[in-house]
Amino acid sequence: MSEVRIIEIKESVFADNDRQADALRRELKSDKVFLMNLMSSPGSGKTTVLGRTIDGLKDRLRIGVMEADIDSDVDARTIAETGVKAIQLHTGGMCHLDAEMTRQGLEALDVRDLDLAILENVGNLVCPAEFDTGASANVMILSVPEGHDKPLKYPLMFRVCDAVLINKIDVLPYFDFDMERVEEYIHMRNPDAKIFPVSAKTGEGMAAWTDWLEARVRDWNEV
Amino acid sequence: MHELGVTFHIMDYVERVAEENDVTRVNKVALELGEVSTVIESYLHSCWKWAVAKRPLFTDCELEVETIPAVTFCEDCGKTYGTVAHGKTCPYCGGGNTFLIQGNEFNIKEIEVE
Repeated sequence: MSEVRIIEIKESVFADNDRQADALRRELKSDKVFLMNLMSSPGSGKTTVLGRTIDGLKDRLRIGVMEADIDSDVDARTIAETGVKAIQLHTGGMCHLDAEMTRQGLEALDVRDLDLAILENVGNLVCPAEFDTGASANVMILSVPEGHDKPLKYPLMFRVCDAVLINKIDVLPYFDFDMERVEEYIHMRNPDAKIFPVSAKTGEGMAAWTDWLEARVRDWNEV
Repeated sequence: MHELGVTFHIMDYVERVAEENDVTRVNKVALELGEVSTVIESYLHSCWKWAVAKRPLFTDCELEVETIPAVTFCEDCGKTYGTVAHGKTCPYCGGGNTFLIQGNEFNIKEIEVE
């Protein structure tokens, strides 16, 4: 019978992932690749926003996309139609991506020749917020039908995001969605968050968003 | 919300610690879990039971969870109160300038090994 010992760890369950994420972020910085982690609920229009974003930037930046899904490759096919490199990551039932899975995805995508790698995270406002993927920026999409109280219900998601896109503003007249309120709630959680009201369907507001993103990418990729 | 995911994270982490310390068997993993963390203890136990059966290092490994009560501090009156019972509004002065001082933890405390 071997000796029984106690090993003290005293560390957050997330600490290990945070370290891997920081290491990945440093590597991406030195490789001059900007990684955007895009998060939202299912049905907020992530893939459509992404398609519009790519259309706006693909002549100016070299872009690649990783589509994370529990199963299926519906989204990767849609994105591939825009002409940029796209791969599908299957999380095998997991509700989020962590830094190690993101690293494997980046290797599969082969990002060396890219300026901007986009990770479309699993549609979910809880779990992806807790796991740092190593991204240069976190962006989330909140769509009008979801309601303006979401920042109160999912505070962590709004806290970790650098930018929030309010999508589907073309249907604003049909919903009790208060734009001033949502901005107030987001800034309560995160005073630095940039907010972009957009409609991926009509294209309204998309230029302000893509200009911001392009500036962030260029800034990150400068020596 | 993501108990299975975090179960794997804990096991991966413990496996690495085990390797560094020449451990052949992990008897017990002790966690500290805040009352208002996003993890549900009963789900965690179910996931744990399922997952440990798949890795030899963890055969019959016990999961011990110590609950850390959630406590909120009120800036308006300086008192603290139980978060679960009263939420964001201070039960003493009715103020809303409150913040959580503990109860959000999700830590690996220690492991018992052979």
